[in-house]
Formats: sequence, structure tokens, C-alpha cells
Amino acid sequence: MGKKQARGRSVVSEIVKQRESAIFLALLIVMAIIEIMAPNFLSGDNIYLVSRQIALVAIVAIGELFVILTGGIDLSVGAIMGLSGVASAGAMASGVNPVLAILFGMVIGMVIGVFNGWLVSYVFIPPFIVTLGAQEIARGTILIYTKGWPITNIPKSILFIAQGDFLSIPVPVWIMVVVAVIAEIVLTKTSFGRRIYAIGGNETATFLSGVNVKKIKFFLYVIAAFTASLVGIILVARFNSAQADAGTGWEMNAIASAVIGGTSLAGGAGSVLGCLIGACIIGVLANGLVLMRVSSYWQTAIIGTVIVLAAVLDHIRKK
Amino acid sequence: MENKTLVMKGITKSFPGVLALHDVDLEVKPGEVVGLMGENGSGKSTLMKILTGVYRLDSGTVTWGGKQVSFATTRQAQVAGISIIFQELNNCPNLKPLDNLFLGRELYRKNSPFLDLKTMQEKAAEVFKYLDVSVNMDTEVKKLSTAQQQMIEIAKALLMNVNLLIMDEPTSSLSDRETTKLFGVIRELKSRGISVIFISHKLDEAFDITDRIVVLRDGENVGELVTKDSSQDQLIMKMVGREISTLYTKRTAKPSDEVVFEVKNLSGPPYVDDVSFAVHKGEILGLAGLIGAGRTETARLIIGAVKKTKGEVLLNGKPVEIRSPEEAVAHGIAYLPEDRKVQSLVLKMTVRDNLTMSIHKVLTNWFGIINRTQEREITDKYIKSLDIKLTNREQIISNLSGGNQQKVVIAKWLATVPKLLILDEPTRGIDVHAKSEVHRIIAELADSGVAIVLISSELAEILGLSDRVVVMQEGKVRTILDRKDATQETIMSAAFSGSANGVKETA
Repeated sequence: MGKKQARGRSVVSEIVKQRESAIFLALLIVMAIIEIMAPNFLSGDNIYLVSRQIALVAIVAIGELFVILTGGIDLSVGAIMGLSGVASAGAMASGVNPVLAILFGMVIGMVIGVFNGWLVSYVFIPPFIVTLGAQEIARGTILIYTKGWPITNIPKSILFIAQGDFLSIPVPVWIMVVVAVIAEIVLTKTSFGRRIYAIGGNETATFLSGVNVKKIKFFLYVIAAFTASLVGIILVARFNSAQADAGTGWEMNAIASAVIGGTSLAGGAGSVLGCLIGACIIGVLANGLVLMRVSSYWQTAIIGTVIVLAAVLDHIRKK
Repeated sequence: MENKTLVMKGITKSFPGVLALHDVDLEVKPGEVVGLMGENGSGKSTLMKILTGVYRLDSGTVTWGGKQVSFATTRQAQVAGISIIFQELNNCPNLKPLDNLFLGRELYRKNSPFLDLKTMQEKAAEVFKYLDVSVNMDTEVKKLSTAQQQMIEIAKALLMNVNLLIMDEPTSSLSDRETTKLFGVIRELKSRGISVIFISHKLDEAFDITDRIVVLRDGENVGELVTKDSSQDQLIMKMVGREISTLYTKRTAKPSDEVVFEVKNLSGPPYVDDVSFAVHKGEILGLAGLIGAGRTETARLIIGAVKKTKGEVLLNGKPVEIRSPEEAVAHGIAYLPEDRKVQSLVLKMTVRDNLTMSIHKVLTNWFGIINRTQEREITDKYIKSLDIKLTNREQIISNLSGGNQQKVVIAKWLATVPKLLILDEPTRGIDVHAKSEVHRIIAELADSGVAIVLISSELAEILGLSDRVVVMQEGKVRTILDRKDATQETIMSAAFSGSANGVKETA
């Protein structure tokens, strides 16, 4: 009996010590405050809408997490979303089978990932520059192709991937769950995942241990492009159209979700769970501010403050 | 410059859970060189950090020049005339020597925000002349040798009118020749009445340069020796608290005639030029030479960490092409790098993570999932066989002592079951006891048939372990000596053979 209790206590203290617990607590506090100020926040309809929005940000953030864990950064995920959406919508509008069109959009988005990964890993250009350039290239390509106009005529058959639900839960949330579970397994159970953390901790030592560091880093940018492309296509289904500016600024939401979730921009530390909670905080906050009728200018400034605050708190906690 | 006496009395300091120093005394008179020795974790660094204002003491007194002092920052200590040069040199590698010399103490032209470069250059020239060293002032510090960077640190201290200079393992990355030069400088400082506290793991050096040796063990004074009246054995006994009959294990097995590994005409400019040698099964081949002789670069060429321009690598008589460390590991070639923290370990990860880093191929299934049970078994096996001291295998590796960290690195490579093991400075920065254990492990490995290449800047280590010794100098193999012909004299004369100002070593 006594033993059991002690064990229970140690499990509790173990949970409290996890960095994810602190941010989860922060999430609950934010939610409680919003619920008090805007009582319809926790209504079923609102939760349904918010969870769908959060799911999309979280998927992009998980892809970004892989890159950040090695100390890299991908600024092009927002533009990749836009590009994959436009590519698949364009194909659908010209009558291509929707499934093939989606695959086409994914491939186009991942081409940008291959470009990023190749330049970062094999040509040794800093990721900040490479992905900033890739962002502009992707945005430019979108504008050349669409001339700034949205692409409509999206087949009804694909709309369920954004607008449908299964067991009363939005399909995008299910997609997020699948992505998160796979990412968690890859990061914690596989050799690939172990090596990602090792590269973030000490790239030189990892290389000299006989790890093909270049190949791993290359694939991380492809993974980030994959999740971004996926969300880009879900956005098309959500709005019944591909907007030329879709995904603008999403790279910042993705990076912020990871950082709020305790991911170190220097690499080597971070988790899928943290990323999910980070995305929840951003999503809940954005939604709450709307419900509280705070002006959209203030919303941006407040979310920015939260990001900085999260980084400062994490720094203090580590001391 | 007035000369001051340092008296530290009854120094006690504890950290959460550990008593780091207990009632420690240390006295240093003007112009005295005092060796501070002890195994890793004996409290040497803590004592020096208290003196220089990095840590606060719990109890005890520090008197400097008759006055009781308590420095809050290293800056205050420097102003009072006490400077410390850390093992990991504290400079800005991207700046030039002059910028580093005057960093934070720049001189300005009268009543202006502009730097007075001329005066700074003159002062720098003056101090280097006094030290009798020439330093290239027009290049970034990172491009200078460690020895030269160290001279800049010494010059920096002199510019601040140092009375007491603390040197923490100053020779750990110097060649024997550079060490001799450094000792010349220390003697010069001494003659000026400047005191030096010299922290080192190298016994012969301590006996060479110090007047007195203070020994710490487990945070307490365990004795003091007047250097000229004492023997190395006495010192070792005090440090470890037990007698070590011999520092080097006698090798039993003889290496076989079977050549396991061979390099032919290996070149990688500008460091390695036409290097050839062979290693037999069960042989320890020493690779001796000065720092910069191209020994580490040769190893890096062999494992494909850098690209070779010419030459052949043969494994069991068959030529193999190795383009990366990954391929080296696949061929059964293991390389233990010289810098443990920078090149070997992921400090944030656990002992287990680090130990199994190079054997994921063995541990993973078709999906790349790591078999945890097997991983734990292998980790425990090596923790036991190498007698690694830790609380458990999930400990973060940076919490282990240097010697135990190094054993984990050795275990990491043993786990790959190598045919050829290249060890680059395997005992650098670890204490005497751990060192003798590592020596024993190396000898046992060779006896079990592994071919070993041992790179070391410590002649005693090379001589104590090697079956044959390759001596390199300026990227070339100068000579290959059999065990019976290898002596300090033959190795050093070969190591200096080509250089114009070759000095015969006396060490």
C-alpha cells in the first residue's frame, strides 16, 4: 500500500517535472480566462471550429519541429502550402482525377522541400537564407500561374477532408492525430528520430559516430514540405477554392507553436506533444480574442507577446 | 609591480548534495610556482573558482598581500592582480590578437571615442618581446596555434599587471616542444616575482616546473611536497591514496604477423603527405609527433571525414574506398576523436543514447525501430566490462566525470566490434586513476586481437603501450621504430628531424 502510494507520488512528480506539463497548465489557464470573459467559448459549435483550425496549424508545426530539432529552420512552409494548394486546385479545375490532382499538389510542394534539403545539406547554405529564398520562389510561382486570382471549380467529392467529420470530430483533427502519432513514433522509437536529436545536440560528434548527417537533414526539409503540402490541400477543400495568398504567415504560427511547446531553436530538444499544446494555445487565444471582440490589430500584438513570454519563461525555468 | 603573498585558509564550499571543499589551505609566496594536483573531482577547479570570484566560499578566509579579500567577479580579481587562464581558452576566435589583448580594456585617444591603435600596438609589441614570442598580429586568433593563443592569454594577464597567474592544464593541447617554451616563459615570470599556480595531470611536467606541489583529494588537503625532495611515486600515492605499482600494464600477447590494415601513400594537403604504414592483428601502433605533425589529419583521412587526394587504404589486404565515417564504421574501422566534448559526445543525451550511437544498424528492425531491450543489454554489458561509474544508464552523460565519459566513448566504439581502432589522445584531461584503467583496456584489446593505432602527445604513453612507433613530422612519416629502439631520444629526434630550429628535448 505504502509502496504503491510512493510510486504514485513519483509518477505525479515525474509528470510535473515534464516541460509539457507547464505549458499544458498555461493552456488550461488561458482557456479558463477566455471562458469567463466570453462564456460561449466552450460551446460545442465553437470547440468544433477551433479544433479544426488548431489541427491545421499543428500539422504544419510538427513538420517544422523535425527541422528545428536539428537546429535548422524552414521559413518556406507557408508558401509551400499555397503552392501545393494552387497546383492541386489547378489540376482539379482542368478536369484531372481529384486523387491524382492531390498527389500532384503534394509532389509540387515537396519539390520545394527537396530544393531546401539539397541546398542546406549538400551545398551548406544556411537554412534561413535557403528557405527565405524558397518562400519567395514559391510565392512568385503562385502569382505567375494564378495572376492573383483564386482557382475555383473544386470537385465536391474532396470537400470532406476539410469540412467533413467522423464520430462528430472534424476530419482535419483525425488527420492531425494520424500525423502526430506517426511523428511521435518516428522521433522516439526509431534510429532516424534518435539521430535527429543527436544532430541537434552535437552535429560533429554525430557525424564522426558514423551517421549520414547530410541525408538525414535532407529528409527533414522534405518532411516539413510534406506536412505543409498536406495542409495546403486541406485549405483548398475548406474554402472550395485555392487562394493565391493561402498560407501567408503560417510559417510563423508553426515556429511559434514549436517554441511555445518548449522546442529549442538551437536544436536537440522538443516534442510532438509540446508542439500540439503550443498550437492549441495559439489557436485558442486567437479564437478567444475574436469572441471577446478584441480588434484584430490587438490580436496580432497579443499573440506576439505570448510567443516572447513563452520563450522567456522557458529560459527562466531552465535555470 | 609589488609582490604579494596569497593565503587561503579553511576554505569550505558545498554544492547541493556535495561537499566540494572541506577546510582547504593554500599558500603561494611571491615568485613561487605551486603545483595544484589531484584526480578529477578533487576540488582543484572549485578552489581556483573561489579565488577568482566565480564562486562564493561558504567559510574560510582569503588573504592577498596581507589584506582579506573576497572577489565578486573575475574582473575584480584581475584588477587586484590575479588572473586565470582556463584550459578552454577564453578568447574571441574571430578577432585579431590585438583586439583580444585589449578586449574590455581598450585604450582611447584623449577625450575621444576613437581607439588609440598605436599605443595598443606598442604595448602589445612590448609584452610579446618580453615573453620572447612572435605572434602574427594580422590574422584571426582562430588561425593561430593553441600555443600561440595561450601566449596571447599570458600577454593579456601581463598587460593587467598580474601578480598571480593561475594556469589550468595549460599543456594539455601543447606539444612537448611548445611546453618547453611555455615553461621558459613561466620561469621568466617567476624571476620577476610573479607567482604561478600550475594545475596539471602530467606528473613529469609538474616536477619540471614547480617549487612545491599541493595535493587535493576529495576536496581536502592530503599533503604537500617540496618538488626537489620528492619522487613521482610519492606524489601518485598521495593523489590516489594507494600505491600504483606501475603506470603501464605489461603486455603479454605478441602481435601476429597478419597485417589487418595498411595505408599506402596517403595524402591530403596541406597536412598529410605520402603517409604509409601497416598495422598487424593485435598490435598497438603508436603515432608520435608534435602537435600539427598531421597525425589527427591522417586519422581523419582514413575514416573519410576529409577527402584524400591520393593513396590507398587496405583492409585485410584488399583495397577499400572509404568516403565517410559511416562507411568507415561499416568496414570495422573505429576512430575515437581527440576532443571528447566537441567530437565524441552529445552532452544533453543519456549514457545509453551515446553508447549505442554507432550501432543503430544492429539494434533496428526493418522499420528503423530501435530494440530497447537489446540496447539496454548491450549498454549494461559495456558499463560492467569497462567498470564505468554511474548511478544508472539513463543518466545525462555530462554529469559523469571526464574519465567515465571517456570510457563511454571507448565503449561506443568497442560496441561496433572494430577490426581497427584508432585512438586519438584517449587519456587527455582524465585523472591518473582513470588513465591507468584506459591503458589497461587498450592493452587488453590488443591482446584480444584488435589492431590499434594510438595517437598521443604524451611520450610516456606512446612508449608504455606501443609495439611499434610511427613518428610523423610536417605531414610525413619520418621513421618507424620497433619497441626496442623506441626511446624518448629516438622519437624526439625524428619528430624534430626536418625542422630548421629543431631543439633536442630534455623532458
